[in-house]
Amino acid sequence: MDNNKNWIDQRFPLSKVWNEHLAEYYTPRTFNFWYFFGSLAMLVLVMQIVTGIFLTMHFKPDETNAFASVEYIMRDVNWGWLMRYMHSTGASAFFIVIYLHMYRALLYGSYKAPRELIWILGMALYIALMAEAFMGYVLPWGQMSYWGAQVIISLFGSVPFIGTDLLIWILGDYAVGDPALNRFFSLHVIALPLILVVLVFLHIVALHTVGSNNPDGIEIKKNKDKNGIPKDGIPFHPYYSVKDIVGVVVFLMIFSAVVFFSPALNGYFLEQANFVEANPLKTPDHIAPLWYLTPFYSVLRAVPPMFGSQFPGVVVMFSALLILIALPWLDRSKVNSIRYRSWPYKVALGIFVVSFIVLGWLGMQPVTPVYVFLAKFFTIAYFAFFILMPWFSTIGKTKPVPQRLTE
Amino acid sequence: MSEQEIDLKKRRFLTVATGVVGAVGVGFVAWPFLSTWSPSAKAKAAGAPVDVDISKLDYGQLVRVLWRKKPVWIFKRSATSIADLKTLDGELSDPNSSGDSKAQQPDYITANHRAIKAEVAVIVGVCTHLGCSPTYRPEIGAADLGGDAWKGGFYCPCHGSKFDLAGRVYGGAPAPTNLLIPPYRFVNDGLIRIGANPKAHEITPILELNKLS
Repeated sequence: MDNNKNWIDQRFPLSKVWNEHLAEYYTPRTFNFWYFFGSLAMLVLVMQIVTGIFLTMHFKPDETNAFASVEYIMRDVNWGWLMRYMHSTGASAFFIVIYLHMYRALLYGSYKAPRELIWILGMALYIALMAEAFMGYVLPWGQMSYWGAQVIISLFGSVPFIGTDLLIWILGDYAVGDPALNRFFSLHVIALPLILVVLVFLHIVALHTVGSNNPDGIEIKKNKDKNGIPKDGIPFHPYYSVKDIVGVVVFLMIFSAVVFFSPALNGYFLEQANFVEANPLKTPDHIAPLWYLTPFYSVLRAVPPMFGSQFPGVVVMFSALLILIALPWLDRSKVNSIRYRSWPYKVALGIFVVSFIVLGWLGMQPVTPVYVFLAKFFTIAYFAFFILMPWFSTIGKTKPVPQRLTE
Repeated sequence: MSEQEIDLKKRRFLTVATGVVGAVGVGFVAWPFLSTWSPSAKAKAAGAPVDVDISKLDYGQLVRVLWRKKPVWIFKRSATSIADLKTLDGELSDPNSSGDSKAQQPDYITANHRAIKAEVAVIVGVCTHLGCSPTYRPEIGAADLGGDAWKGGFYCPCHGSKFDLAGRVYGGAPAPTNLLIPPYRFVNDGLIRIGANPKAHEITPILELNKLS
């Protein structure tokens, strides 16, 4: 056994990687509930890739056959329904896990120096994931696939001067149709998963370079024992690998309950209109993107057209997404964790979370004057969180930060 | 040879020159890849005109046909509906299609009712906001669309834009311009060809007809 290990170690740094990233990778000892979601995101990514590979074996990326091939997977392929429901539930589960993972970063200031690059790579992952999910939703070629694609791709058509040409280039046709479906399939199964896997790798390499943050938001590397090991650190393996398994078990229980008992989850995970084949002649009476994109969709709808163009709305919508990247530089607070922050920051974070959730809810509702007003109000609140952050993150009295981890 | 001094300046020039030539090469190679995304010859050829028989079309009735993969509505407007169009001018963004909506109709269509023959409307059923297909709501006085003020028209379920029976957009809607009128001509009284302009000798009478109304 040892001989085999030596044989490999002379040719590949197997033991070195194992030790550096697992067995001797020291992590703060106080990881709580919020620290489950990084590993869960990896689990869901693997699940999506595996179920996706098997779905690809039966799916036909073709305007006339796509919808029927999904029905075929559901009815005729052995266990095909399970592959598809795992994949569709996995998409929503991915975003639930990612949103909680990001919220953790907001709670404990995990994006602050020296972890800015981890945050930026994470944002890139989030954006790539949105593109991946959107294109995946187009593939079954139901009514919502078709009209959702129509609306989202039209956003590019609003770009001044080059919009129309850009639109035709993206679609490969003068309307959403076979070429769009075919290229979205290619991007969904090859290009974006590759990008996601590479970004996850970089995200983790960057994390392991600076080390994990913790609920107290302090550096454990400042207090080391005589062997150079952080006094508040424990090796990732076996301590957190075992802890994460508990998270995985609980997650899989909830996940399975959805897959087996309510895969459409009342239209939240699979919309009713998508069980009808795409019809270019008729838009469904009510269309909305899936829940994970609706906050941004609300922002888009909140902005009225200006100068005979809806481009300003598109710009505001993308700004709402991209402004998150600037977070490490907008936050001027001396402390990282919510535990020691001043009250203005806590209030602002609360308003932000409420705004995000309300915008998400509004994005699923039909357009009425009251809802448009609410969308405008909460869009302003959403942006205020970022624009005013350099100010409110510095005011108020912060609590003293401990030298060592608490609890 | 070994005693010769390394000329860093020359080395730097060569590095930059190689880099630039390489970048140009990458650009040339990228072009075919990017270009594969443009509409193929097949997609371009699919845009042929479509003939629609309207001889049996009744007042208020609407048919949808696909032209260039987009829904086109053909519907018949009664004299009352045409008269009602004028009363709406104040509520519309661009009632005369002379502003932002100028490019939304062929230049041989100039009247407020936006048609070659006032009775028969031909409109591309794609919302100018984000591409949904608005719903036909011909019932006058529909409570959810403004009650008595509603003279029939189209309502976009996606973002709430409203259009009248000439495809003109109501003020305050998210849609920036009126709906698109495709090029079309009457082959005979009962047959419309969508995607083809009227012949030259047909256009002059159209312009005069439109002036009268």
